[in-house]
Amino acid sequence: MSVLLIAEHNNKEVRPFTYNAITAASKINEDLHILVLGHQADDVAKSLSEVPNVKKVIHVDNEIYENYTAENYTSAIVKHAENYSHIVSSANTFGKNLMPRIAALLDTSQVSDIIKVISEDTFLRPIYAGNAFATVKSNDKKKCVTIRPTSFDAADKSGGSAEITKSDPAEASLSTKFLKKEEVKSDRPELGTARIVISGGRGMQNGENFKLISDIADKLNAAIGASRAAVDAGYITNDHQVGQTGKVVVPDLYIAVGISGAIQHLAGMKESKVIVAINKDGEAPIFSVADYGLEADLFEALPQFLSELNKLNTIQK
Amino acid sequence: MKILVAVKRVIDYNVQIRVKEDGSGVVTDNVKMSTNPPDDNAIEEAVKIKEAGKAKEIVAITIGEEKAQETVRKALAVGADRGIHVKVDNVIEPLAVSKILKKIVEKENPDLVFMGKQAIDDDCNQTGQMLAALLNWPQATFASKIEVKDNVLEVTREIDEGLETIEVNVPAIVTCDLRLNEPRYASLPNIMKAKKKPIEQINASDLGVDINPRIEQIKVEEPPKRKAGIKVASVEELVQKLKNEAKVI
Repeated sequence: MSVLLIAEHNNKEVRPFTYNAITAASKINEDLHILVLGHQADDVAKSLSEVPNVKKVIHVDNEIYENYTAENYTSAIVKHAENYSHIVSSANTFGKNLMPRIAALLDTSQVSDIIKVISEDTFLRPIYAGNAFATVKSNDKKKCVTIRPTSFDAADKSGGSAEITKSDPAEASLSTKFLKKEEVKSDRPELGTARIVISGGRGMQNGENFKLISDIADKLNAAIGASRAAVDAGYITNDHQVGQTGKVVVPDLYIAVGISGAIQHLAGMKESKVIVAINKDGEAPIFSVADYGLEADLFEALPQFLSELNKLNTIQK
Repeated sequence: MKILVAVKRVIDYNVQIRVKEDGSGVVTDNVKMSTNPPDDNAIEEAVKIKEAGKAKEIVAITIGEEKAQETVRKALAVGADRGIHVKVDNVIEPLAVSKILKKIVEKENPDLVFMGKQAIDDDCNQTGQMLAALLNWPQATFASKIEVKDNVLEVTREIDEGLETIEVNVPAIVTCDLRLNEPRYASLPNIMKAKKKPIEQINASDLGVDINPRIEQIKVEEPPKRKAGIKVASVEELVQKLKNEAKVI
C-alpha cells in the first residue's frame, strides 16, 4: 500500500494546494510518494523532498511537461500507477481536469473532492453543493481520489529529506496543444489560502465600486472574492468566484458584501470560521450563515468600515 | 460536423435539498427536477455552432430513468435535431456513464461531444474527462469560450489562476462552464415542434458494458449546522466584535 500524489507546480514553485493534498494523502497511508512532471523543475522536486510527510519524490523532466495538459500527464501517471494503491491530487481545476482521465484508464470509479479520510477506502465528501455529506467506500482495487484542499491543513514544508529518483517520460500527446495562460497577477494573498476574504456580489452594482472592497482588502491584507452574479455581470474576473462552481474558501474571516447568499455561493464559503454579512435586505439568506450580520447600505457601510479599521492601533495580518 | 451533447436530469438548482431520515440519500420524490445547468450551456453552444453553419447535426443524449427524457425533449426544443435516451433503473457512477457514452459515440461517430463540466447533484466532475480517456480523444474542460477552426477547436478554459487557452484536434470532448454562453429559452412553437422529433430508446443492459457500482454509499447526512449569529446595529459595533470577540482582525 503506497500513495502516489501528483504535484501541481509551475516548474519553479509548488502550487500551495499540493501541501494540503499531502496532509490528506499521508492520512490515507504514510508511504507517500510524489510525482513531479515538469521541465527543469528541479527546485520543485527539491522542495517536495523536504516535506517531512513525503517518503520519495519521482521526478520526470521533459519539455513535453513544461505546460500541464491532462493528456500528457495521464500517460506518465498511468505508467507509474502499477506500484500504488491510491493515486491522489488536489480537487482544484488542476486535479479535477486530470484525475478522471487517469481513473478511466485504470478502470476505477473516482472519489472526488473528499473532505475527510475515514479509512484507506472510506471517505467523506460533500454532494449537492455541500448541502449533504456522503460517506462513501471505494471497492476498486486501485483508488483514485481528489482532495478538497481547504479541508486539510497545509503540510510542513521543511525538515524532511526524501530521496529523489528520476524517471523517463511517457509518449507525448499530439492532439492537444497549450497556447497561453492569462494569469491574473496580484500582490494580494491567494483567494484559496488567504486568512481573510472580502467578497462582493451583485449589490456592488458595477466593477468600479469594487474599489470599496479592494481598499478594505488592502487594509486587512485580505483576498478579494465575488459571487457568481458579480462575475457574470462582468464586475470582476472569474478567478475571484467563490461557490460551488468557483473556489471553495475557508478563511478565518469571510466578509460578504452585497451578496444575497444563493445556495451555490454558500457552498463555497460557509465553512469559514467567522462570517460577516453586509446587506441592505434583512431577509437575505446570507444572514442565516453569518456570525455577524449588518443590515445596511453597503455604500455607506464600507467607507465607515474602512475608517473604523483605520482607527484601530493594530490589525492582525 | 456532428455534435453529440450529453444532458443529465437533476434536482433543480433552486431547490433546497433534504436529506432522508434513514441516511440513504436525499429526497427526490415530488421535487422539481430540471436539466443540469451547465448542460444547458453545452446544448446552447452546439446550437450556436450549428447556426454559424459549422455543424450539420446535433444529437442530444441522456442516461437515466424514464423521466430523464424530459431533458432530451428540452434540448430538442432549443435546437437539437434528435435524441437518444439510454435507460437505466438506478443511479450509476460517472465511470459507467462514460462507458455507455463511449458505446454511443462508436455508433454515432460525432466529431465533438459536449456536456456540462459537472452535475450539481453528485458534484463529481468526471464524466467528460473519463469519456475522453476511454476514446483516447483530447479533452477541453471548463470551457468558457470555443472557437471552431479547421479540424481544431481553440478553447479558453477557466482555471484557478485565470484563463488558459488550448487547441485540441477534432474529434474532441468539451466540458462547458456556466460562462460559456447564455442558454436560450425554448419558444412555444419550438416546444411543439420538438414533440415530433425522434428520441431513440436504448436499454443500457443491451450495450454490454459493466455499469455495476464500485462505490458504496454508506450514508448521507446533513452537514453540521452553523450556530445562529447575531445582527449588529452599526459598523462600529461590527469592528469592535471582530476585534475583541471573534479576535480575527
